[in-house]
Amino acid sequence: MTEMVYGAIPARSGEPILPRWWRTIDKWSLSCVLLLFGVGILLGLASSPPLAARNGFEPFHYVQRQAVFGVAALITLFVTTLMTPQLVRRLAVLGFIGAFAALAMLPAFGTDFGKGAVRWYSLGFASVQPSEFLKPGFVVVAAWMMAASQDLNGPPGRSLSLGLTLAIVGLLAMQPDFGQACLVLFSWGVMYFVAGAPITLLVVLAVLVAGAGTFAYNASEHFARRIDGFLSPDLDPTTQLGYATNAIREGGFLGVGVGEGQVKQWLPDAHTDFIIAVAAEEYGLILVLCIIALYTTIVVRSLIRLMRERDPFIRLAGTGLACTFGVQAMINMGVAVRLLPAKGMTLPFVSYGGSSLIAGGIMVGMLLAFTRARPQGEIGDILLSRGR
Amino acid sequence: MIRTPLRPLARILDARNRGENPDAIERENLRLRHEEMRDKARSRAEGRLLVLAVFFFCAFSVVGARMGILAGTTVEEPRASTAGNTIFAGRADIVDRRGRVLATNLSTHSLYAQPPHMIDPERAAHELVGIFPDLDVDRLIKDFTGKRKFLWIKKNLSPEQMQKVHDIGDPGLLFGPREMRLYPNGRLASHVLGGASYGVEGVSSAEVIGVAGVEKAFDTWLRDPARDGQPLRLSLDLTVQAALERVLDGGMKLTNAKGAAAVLMDADTGEIISLASLPDFDPNDRPRPLTKGDQSDSPLFNRAVQGLYELGSTFKIFAVSQAMELGLVEPDTMVDADAPMKWGRYTIKEFQGKNYGPLLSVSDVIAKSSNVGTANIALDIGGERQQDFLESLGLFEPTAIELVEGPTGKPILPANWSEIVTITTSYGHGMSASPLHLATAYASLLNGGTKVTPTLLANPDPEPGPRVVSERVSAAARKMLRRVVTDGTASLGEVEGYQVAGKTGTADKPRRDGRGYYNDKVINTFSSVFPADDPQYVLVVTLDEPSDNTGEQPRRTAGWTAVPVAAEVIRRTAPLLGLRPHVEPPLAPEITLTASR
Repeated sequence: MTEMVYGAIPARSGEPILPRWWRTIDKWSLSCVLLLFGVGILLGLASSPPLAARNGFEPFHYVQRQAVFGVAALITLFVTTLMTPQLVRRLAVLGFIGAFAALAMLPAFGTDFGKGAVRWYSLGFASVQPSEFLKPGFVVVAAWMMAASQDLNGPPGRSLSLGLTLAIVGLLAMQPDFGQACLVLFSWGVMYFVAGAPITLLVVLAVLVAGAGTFAYNASEHFARRIDGFLSPDLDPTTQLGYATNAIREGGFLGVGVGEGQVKQWLPDAHTDFIIAVAAEEYGLILVLCIIALYTTIVVRSLIRLMRERDPFIRLAGTGLACTFGVQAMINMGVAVRLLPAKGMTLPFVSYGGSSLIAGGIMVGMLLAFTRARPQGEIGDILLSRGR
Repeated sequence: MIRTPLRPLARILDARNRGENPDAIERENLRLRHEEMRDKARSRAEGRLLVLAVFFFCAFSVVGARMGILAGTTVEEPRASTAGNTIFAGRADIVDRRGRVLATNLSTHSLYAQPPHMIDPERAAHELVGIFPDLDVDRLIKDFTGKRKFLWIKKNLSPEQMQKVHDIGDPGLLFGPREMRLYPNGRLASHVLGGASYGVEGVSSAEVIGVAGVEKAFDTWLRDPARDGQPLRLSLDLTVQAALERVLDGGMKLTNAKGAAAVLMDADTGEIISLASLPDFDPNDRPRPLTKGDQSDSPLFNRAVQGLYELGSTFKIFAVSQAMELGLVEPDTMVDADAPMKWGRYTIKEFQGKNYGPLLSVSDVIAKSSNVGTANIALDIGGERQQDFLESLGLFEPTAIELVEGPTGKPILPANWSEIVTITTSYGHGMSASPLHLATAYASLLNGGTKVTPTLLANPDPEPGPRVVSERVSAAARKMLRRVVTDGTASLGEVEGYQVAGKTGTADKPRRDGRGYYNDKVINTFSSVFPADDPQYVLVVTLDEPSDNTGEQPRRTAGWTAVPVAAEVIRRTAPLLGLRPHVEPPLAPEITLTASR
C-alpha cells in the first residue's frame, strides 16, 4: 500500500535475468564450448585455404563464413540458455515438427551435391542439412514423451517415442545416411536407458541394431565398402583414412608447425570430417588431447549435473543432448584414428559448416539450459525459496 | 503391499462436510505421489547417468590413447598400391660366364601429368611436343584440359629430356623414378637375353618384367628380392659370342643366305658358350612381333632353338654309330652302297646322281656322305631301335634350354614310322629338329658317349648323363668325322691345329604348301666337334637358303657354305676359348733319335 501511495520502485519478483543466468549456468561447459569454437576458427585458418583456392575464393573465405556462422551459433546458444526448460521444450517441439517435415520432403526438393546421398537443401548462399536440426528437437520430444509416460495416468510415451524414432531412422536410411540414423537411434537408446529400461530389453535392442547393421552392409554398397575398408588390416595410404592416419603420425606429439601441414592439400574433407587430422598434423597430439578433453568435460560435467536433477523430462532431455553431442564428436575422432568405420560425421563446433555450427549451438544451448542449477527440493533449496 | 488411495474416503467426506472441493485432496495426493516417484526415479537414474559418464570418459580416453599411439609411430610413405602388394622395381643383372655384364638396370625417370595441378596446359603441351616430336599437341591439350586427373606421357626420359621438361616449369608435370633395363652390348646375344618391359606401373616405381628369352624364363628369379641383386650368371662367353656373331653375319652375307644360326656348346657339360640367330634385333628396342606372314621371318625368331629344319646328312653319323654300338658294323666293314636304290615306289639317290658303290666301307659312307650306304645300315638296325637311339640323344623332345622359346622347338616327327621313314631319317630327311638339338646330340655322341643337357647357366660340373654309346664307338665316330674334313665333303673346314671333325648336311627345304621340296632352296648345316682327339666343343652352323654364286653355277652344298663359315668361327673362337693349337712337331732327324738312345 505504501509503495502504491508513494510510488516507490516496484520490487522485482525474482532475481535479475543475467545475474541469475550467470549464477546458474554451467560455466565450465560454456567455457569449453567457447574454446572449441575458437579451435574451430584456428583450424579453419589452417585447413580451408586449399579448398578456397580450389573453389576460386580468397584464401580465408571459409574462415570468414565460419566466423559469421559461429557468431550466429553463439547467439543462438546464448538465447537458448536463457530460456526456461518449459520454453525450450515448446520451441523444440515446434522446431522438431518443422525439421521432420523438411526431412520427409528431402527426396523431392533436396540435393546430393554429387556425393551419392540426398541430405541437403540448397539455399543458394548456403546449404542446410535438416537432420542436423532434427536431432536436438527429436531428443527433446522423445524425452518429453518418456517423461510423460512416467506420470500416473500418463500417455504411453515410450512406445510413441520409439515409433517416432523408427520413422526418423527410416527416413535417414533412405537418403542414405546411416551415420545420423545410428545417432538418432543411439540418443533414444540412451534416454530409454536413463529412463529405466529393463536390462534384458537393452540386450535385445543391441542385437536388433547389430541385425540392422548387417542388413545395411548387405543392402548398400556404399555402406559395405566403408565397413570393408575398416575391417581390412592393410590401410591403403591413398584413401582419405590413409592420409588422415599419416597426418596424425606426421604430426607426432608437437606437430609439424602452424601452416606446415600437407594433409589439407590431399583430403577433400579436411575442413569437415577430417579436421582432427589437420589439428594433429599441425599442432600435434597436444591440441588433439585438448580437444578431446574439452568434449569430455562438456559431456561428463553435464551428465554429472543431471544426476542431481529431479525433473524426469529435464534429466532425459539433457542426457539425450549431452550423449548425442559427445557421441558425434567421438565418432568423428574415432574414424580418424580407425577405431570406427568411416562415417561422414562432423566434429561439433570445430568442423566447418553452417548447418552443423548452428545446430550445434541449438543443441548445446538446450543442454546448458537444462543443466542450469535450479531448486531440487533439497533442504537448502527449500530454505532459499521459503526466504523469498 | 500397502495401497495408499489418492482419494481417501474419510478425508473426502470430511472435506465435503466442510464444504471444500474434494478434488484438491486428490491433486495434492497426486503431487505427493509424483514427488515420491521422482525421487525414486532420480536415485535410479543417478546410477545410470554415472555409468554413462564413465562410459564417455573411457571412450574419449581410448580415442586419445589411440591418437597418442598413432602420433608415436613413424610415417608410411604413400604408395600406389596396398602394403601387401608393393611394386618391387629391382631386377638382378645378367652376366656372362666371366662376369661381364649382359643386362643391367639404369635409373631413369618417367614423365606423367596431373592436369588439375597444371597452370598453363596449352603452353605445357606445346613445349612437350617441342621436346618429344612424337607426341600429338591436340591430344595432349585434350587430355590436359579434360576430366583426366592423371596420365602417363613418357616411360623413360634421358637426363637432358628431363631437364628440358623441368624447364617448362609446370607443376602438373611430374617425374616418377624408373629402373630401365639396359643391354649394354646392343644386339649381342639378343635372342638369348630376349628383352624386358614394364609390368605394374606406379608413380614411385614400376615392375620390370621379362618378355622373352632368359629374361622371361628367369623372371621370378631375377625379381626375387631375397636374392639381393645377386646377378644371374650365364654360360655364354661375351667375347666368343661377339666373334661368332660377326663371322656368322659375314658368312650369311657372303653366301646370300636369308638367315643363319649357330650353337657353340661345351661338349662335356652342355653349357652353351654361344648361341646366335640371324637376323637379330636390339633388345633395348625390341621390335614388335609380325602381325602377318611367317613368324620365322621375324628377327625375333630364334632359329637356333625354335627353327625346325631337316638337318640332312649330319644325321648319318647317328645311324653309323648305332650300328657300331650294336656290333653290326665296324668302320672298315664294307656295306652295300649301290645307287640308285629302289625301295617300293621310292628311289634313293646320291648327291648329283653319283654312285659310290657297289660296296663302300662304313668310314667312306660318312666321308663321302652316301645316302644309300646309310640307308642300308639303317635298315639293318630297324625302325624301333633307330627311334630308341634318336630318342636317347634327345631328338624327339624339345630341348631343356632355359629360354621361354625352348618348348616351342619340338621336333616334327613323321606320324607313322614306316621303313621308308627309317631310311630317310638315317640321312636327315623326314624329321625336323633345331640346330640346338643337333648340337646336343653331337655333344652326347662324341664327348665319350654320355648324354648332355643343354644349359645357358654356367654349370661347370653337371651330373654326368646316361651313357648313349661306348667310348670306343664315340672315338670311332670322331675318327670318321675327322676323315670328313681331311678327305671328305668338308675339306674347307680344316683349321690347322684344331683337328676339326664334323659332318655336312644339305637338305632341300620343304615347300610351304607341304607338297614336296623346293629345288633351289636348301638348309646347309655343318655340325662339328673340335679337337677331334680330345673333344671340347661342338659347333653347329646352319644357313637358311644359302647360295655360293662365286662359281659358274650356284653352289648350295654345305661344304661350300656352312663349312667355311664354321671353319672361320673355329679359327677365331678357339684361341678365345683357351684351346692351344696342336702343332705337330716337325719330324726330328732320325739320327738325333738314334744318337740320343
